[in-house]
Amino acid sequence: MNLKLKVWRQKNANTTGAFVKYDVNDISDEMSFLEMLDVLNEKLITTGEEPIAFDHDCREGICGMCSLYIDGKPHGPWQANTTCQLHMRAFKDGDTITIEPWRSNAFPIVKDLTVDRGAFDRIIQAGGYISVNTGNAVDGNSLPIKKDDADASFAAAMCIGCGACVAACKNSSAMLFLSAKVSHLALLPQGDPERKSRVLNMVAQMDKEGFGSCTNTGACEAACPKEISIANIARLNKEYLRAGLTAE
Amino acid sequence: MLNSKIPAGNLDDKWVDYKGHCKLVNPANKRKMEVIVVGTGLAGASAAASLGELGYKVKAFCFQDSPRRAHSIAAQGGINAAKNYQNDGDSVFRLFYDTIKGGDYRAREANVHRLAEVSGNIIDQCVAQGVPFAREYGGLLSNRSFGGTQVQRTFYAAGQTGQQLLIGAYQALERQVALGNVTMYSRHEMLDVVKIDGKAKGIIARNLITGELEKHFGYAVLLCTGGYGNVFYLSTNAMGSNVSAAWKAHKQGAYFANPCFTQIHPTCIPVSGDHQSKLTLMSESLRNDGRIWVPKAKGDTRKPNDIPEEERDYYLERRYPAFGNLVPRDVASRAAKERCDAGYGVGTSKQAVYLDYAAAIERYGKTEVGKQGLSNVSHEEIIALGKEVVKEKYGNLFDMYAKITGENPYEVPMRIYPAVHYTMGGLWVDYELQTNVPGLYALGEANFSDHGANRLGASALMQGLADGYFVIPYTLGNNLADEIYNAPIPTTHPAFEEAEKEVAARIQKLKNINGKQSVESFHKRLGKIIWNECGMSRNEAGLKQAIADLQALKKEFWSDVRIPGEINEYNPELDKANRVADFIELGELMCVDALNRNESCGGHFREEYQTPDGEALRDDENFMYVAAWETTGEHQWQLHKEELKYEVIKPSQRNYK
Repeated sequence: MNLKLKVWRQKNANTTGAFVKYDVNDISDEMSFLEMLDVLNEKLITTGEEPIAFDHDCREGICGMCSLYIDGKPHGPWQANTTCQLHMRAFKDGDTITIEPWRSNAFPIVKDLTVDRGAFDRIIQAGGYISVNTGNAVDGNSLPIKKDDADASFAAAMCIGCGACVAACKNSSAMLFLSAKVSHLALLPQGDPERKSRVLNMVAQMDKEGFGSCTNTGACEAACPKEISIANIARLNKEYLRAGLTAE
Repeated sequence: MLNSKIPAGNLDDKWVDYKGHCKLVNPANKRKMEVIVVGTGLAGASAAASLGELGYKVKAFCFQDSPRRAHSIAAQGGINAAKNYQNDGDSVFRLFYDTIKGGDYRAREANVHRLAEVSGNIIDQCVAQGVPFAREYGGLLSNRSFGGTQVQRTFYAAGQTGQQLLIGAYQALERQVALGNVTMYSRHEMLDVVKIDGKAKGIIARNLITGELEKHFGYAVLLCTGGYGNVFYLSTNAMGSNVSAAWKAHKQGAYFANPCFTQIHPTCIPVSGDHQSKLTLMSESLRNDGRIWVPKAKGDTRKPNDIPEEERDYYLERRYPAFGNLVPRDVASRAAKERCDAGYGVGTSKQAVYLDYAAAIERYGKTEVGKQGLSNVSHEEIIALGKEVVKEKYGNLFDMYAKITGENPYEVPMRIYPAVHYTMGGLWVDYELQTNVPGLYALGEANFSDHGANRLGASALMQGLADGYFVIPYTLGNNLADEIYNAPIPTTHPAFEEAEKEVAARIQKLKNINGKQSVESFHKRLGKIIWNECGMSRNEAGLKQAIADLQALKKEFWSDVRIPGEINEYNPELDKANRVADFIELGELMCVDALNRNESCGGHFREEYQTPDGEALRDDENFMYVAAWETTGEHQWQLHKEELKYEVIKPSQRNYK
């Protein structure tokens, strides 16, 4: 199929960007979206132009490195999917596709479609862990955990840290990302001792990074490639209230 | 002479004795010692976190935008540990034995035994960190089987075990960052090791955003930089996975061991066309329940569901009745290739076999009927119940298959074919994980030590975390104890200046070529040569031709590659050019090694050396050694041998029949 692309090009964080139009031809259904961009980049390189910079690594939907706002949706038109797993079957001959980077003040643009998501690492540094040094552990089966709790914790822990939730949110809120981590750890007995300080510190860091507020529209959940539930945000709010209202 | 520094004494006691007697660095001194960790996958993140906890000042580097992206994250199936929670006869010895046998008797006994000894601690540590492993209704940890074993010792978190383990290690790492014990350098790539008086004392790293070169001092340099599977261009590795850090170390004198030992994984989604940029693995755990088959008739074009049971050839069950679909990876891959080469392959390319879940779905459905006490259940209802069970176990893998191929694997058998997945070879290290360059260490997939000529499933995660959490904290201290008398070296030292200048010159040289061909086009050609001649089967003539082709390719690369953009900016094409240049050189060494090893073992199959029924034929008399290669000049390497002594296990022909 032949397609028209409108791609955001921006040299670096200090310059302003603009959309540039490109034609790509002979794209097969079986290609992934990023392979389509590979084809375009190869063409650009051989004609002496600079290829489009975009983040990607595992190309199997798990590392969280790929991003892209495709036709107004984070990770493109398919539900529960990452850009690297989006295949060209999703488009038809003659389509015009608009490709933008994640748009959020907390994710400054590095170049073209690449953004800096270091804010997520700093939120984790604020408390997204269990303080246990190597060698301190007891036998893994000495602490039975209800299967339902383990499964719910796992469902939250599946977050890949891609930032689609932030990109989808009109306020650029990072609540879904944050709540996934808080839920992952709060649902496990191992996470209990630091439960209060964790949620307070992580929320404080999120605010410091410049993410916006949550107004419960659910756009994050709809865009999440791992289908992290918005119920996690309810749990986060509960944890936050509890931490603020009860003494240590 | 290579000194592997294996402690004396009984195999069971070596590690315990080592830990009891190794030298220690006191906490006040640790605080003064900087240690460099390159790579933040399971090995790197666990090492950096653990060393930070001990008090060392750690500088950790990764080329991705966050340490959480490292490719360990993509590991699907699980992690082995000799816990014997299933009461099915597992033990440290059995895990040790299975690993040595699975590696076709080309791994070091002492290292593998230590790996098995600490395997249980890893599970405990991960549970303590909050890794949400799969659990049974009683609340205890669940296990499943993997290839090459007859016990259930694999712990898992659906099909995302690597992700969960890496997030655990990443969180431990970020905690140390917050505490100020680890400084994290993301989007940084190591481009050289700096040696002073023969010892590794630092690195030159490039800030990938600004293009600036940076000099970093460390009392030790730990390379946790993964494997080199991307030399094949198409592999299950991430796009950025590369050999460059290990290769720079090799160029600085570190020996590269067994480079020809590469793992081709039997169950991957087949190649669909020339545009393909990477291959996707379908976890080995699928072989627990799936059955692999091809039609009995050559060139059968019927749809799989139209081919009756008696016209299907379940060739693994036929050839290997004892292990069936759970034979080790090398055996399963070769068997698939054999069927496809003989004309029984399926799909449009005919380079695929079926992985069929119909029987498992029915079996699970019937079990559910029993469990739920249902009666008068129709066949359709049984199948629906079975699909639910399969969905819970393997749902994310099935979804991934559906997205990539556009087919529904719950209804139609999956098409799979072998693909490059893991590299057993790597930097030569001694028992302490130190390379032959003092102060330079290699952990995880970057070293060669534990998997011999073939790695068993669910053992890579185990090894990465064993090295980082439980081995290096001891062995590093044993060596750094003598370094406390030496002051830190300022990065104004001439050795740092010199190394930085050389790195800058090489980048400038690459940029100046200004030729016509893209980096990607060279990488594709490299991959084709290696896959064809140094892939699933190899022979003398092919390897010799490949060496000549690679030398020519190298020349062409350095005279005609085109790198757009500038040096002092974010320039992914330049990063890739650096990596592909190193891959081309490594590819040649792989072929040199494969040519030298006149035997077949594990993943290394030389057509000249096989049993009458097509199994790998080892030559223990002449090749029971680790081939450690030293670079001595352009296209020249010197072989150093480390004899492998089997004191406990008696090598025999691997038999999975």
